[in-house]
Amino acid sequence: MEFLNRDIVSIRDFSREELENVFAVARGMEKNGYDATLLNGRRIALLFYEPSTRTRLSFQAAAQSLGAATIWFAGAEGTSVMKGETLKDTIETVANYADAIVIRHPYDGAARWAAEITTRRAAKGEKKVPVINGGDGRNEHPTQTMLDLYTILQSQGRIDGLTIAMVGDLKYGRTCHSLAYALGMYSCRIRLVAPEQLQMPSHVLSYLGSRGIECTQHAAIEEVIGEADILYMTRIQRERFPDENEYNRVRGLYRVTRKTLQSAKPTMRLMHPLPRVDEISVDVDDDARSYYFKQAGNGVPIRAALLAMVLGGIS
Amino acid sequence: MNVRADGMKNGLIVSPIENGTVIDHLPPGRAVRIAKMLGLTEGAVVIIGQNLRSTKYGKKDLIKVENRFLSDEECSRIALFAPNATVNIIRNSELVEKRKVSIPDVVEGIAICSNANCITNKEPVPTRMVTVSRSPVTIACHYCGYEVKAEDLLLRG
Repeated sequence: MEFLNRDIVSIRDFSREELENVFAVARGMEKNGYDATLLNGRRIALLFYEPSTRTRLSFQAAAQSLGAATIWFAGAEGTSVMKGETLKDTIETVANYADAIVIRHPYDGAARWAAEITTRRAAKGEKKVPVINGGDGRNEHPTQTMLDLYTILQSQGRIDGLTIAMVGDLKYGRTCHSLAYALGMYSCRIRLVAPEQLQMPSHVLSYLGSRGIECTQHAAIEEVIGEADILYMTRIQRERFPDENEYNRVRGLYRVTRKTLQSAKPTMRLMHPLPRVDEISVDVDDDARSYYFKQAGNGVPIRAALLAMVLGGIS
Repeated sequence: MNVRADGMKNGLIVSPIENGTVIDHLPPGRAVRIAKMLGLTEGAVVIIGQNLRSTKYGKKDLIKVENRFLSDEECSRIALFAPNATVNIIRNSELVEKRKVSIPDVVEGIAICSNANCITNKEPVPTRMVTVSRSPVTIACHYCGYEVKAEDLLLRG
């Protein structure tokens, strides 16, 4: 399927081959440098209803590297959302100002809805403004997953055949949901480490089952650290818990320290979508296996590749 | 055994109808919910039978509604909660049509996503549910992907 004007809403909307096309474009940009004229005259709206450091800044850096301008808000404060404006009205408006919209929103499914709104506009003769999901509530974060897969490929040379352990908030963590869906396209083993109340949602598990993925659930990092090729840590997200008591019962439950890494393979890579709180001890940062800052850096080539592909700079 | 035009065996306490629809072979306990979903509880003469004897399923529910004939789309909706249901159309006390229901691919507007954080529960967005499995019947929200078993599907109203 063509990438031109395509919405990037769920990782499940993409085939493995399509994802690998994105990685190839990103790799080319990293190797040959960014063409600062590629998206000259194009404008990208960054609508961030929730806090963000890496996603927003890497999209902005990616856009600027290709010559595109950005318009944005960060946080609903200062916008008409505070006056009760619906997402629909905001999207209908911003679609007049921009060639693409990147949205991060607290509600699950908000990106799909935004994409439908710009598709309906296009059906009425307006230009299609592609919508890119920068994280919707507890649902998905597909561009994070693309950069996660890119990072795994970069650090291990392959995804097939690897053992990938995800640790922490698998229930509310959208990065884990999207990553699990994507790994379903590969033949790898998945280890899910979480307390019972934060385990992976059943619909994600049933998807992995339908793909024939060997997937096991665990309560402790120690149960999986020895076999893991990738240890994907996540933050227990206080802001996603409906109940503070539930959060307090699980905060600080998982922590990777130098001692934890003693049992890990020398080739294991430690990843984290960041921000971290206390789940990776700072003294692990200098360990050769720590890969999370390099992972964060990969946000720029991946997002630049996506912008170029959906806006028609690269086919 | 004598079988009347509305598909009911003699001796049951449910009275026959001249014109209308008999929705048969509903799982026990589902009739009221299905009648409500179809808007049958407003105005029309409706007879609901619960926990009736069924040779095929042991127990069943049944709905009879006078002067109301269901569309294909309404039959599809019944299938979500009662995949084995049969819809019998009665005209002039004669059984003129017997339909099996089939599970719809998409259900728009009538359901509520069970995920409280879904955009459809937060803003005025019409719901859209997609059938992702037919055995057991499992429905997913088109927007947030949240899945529920059909029997747990929440309905508007």
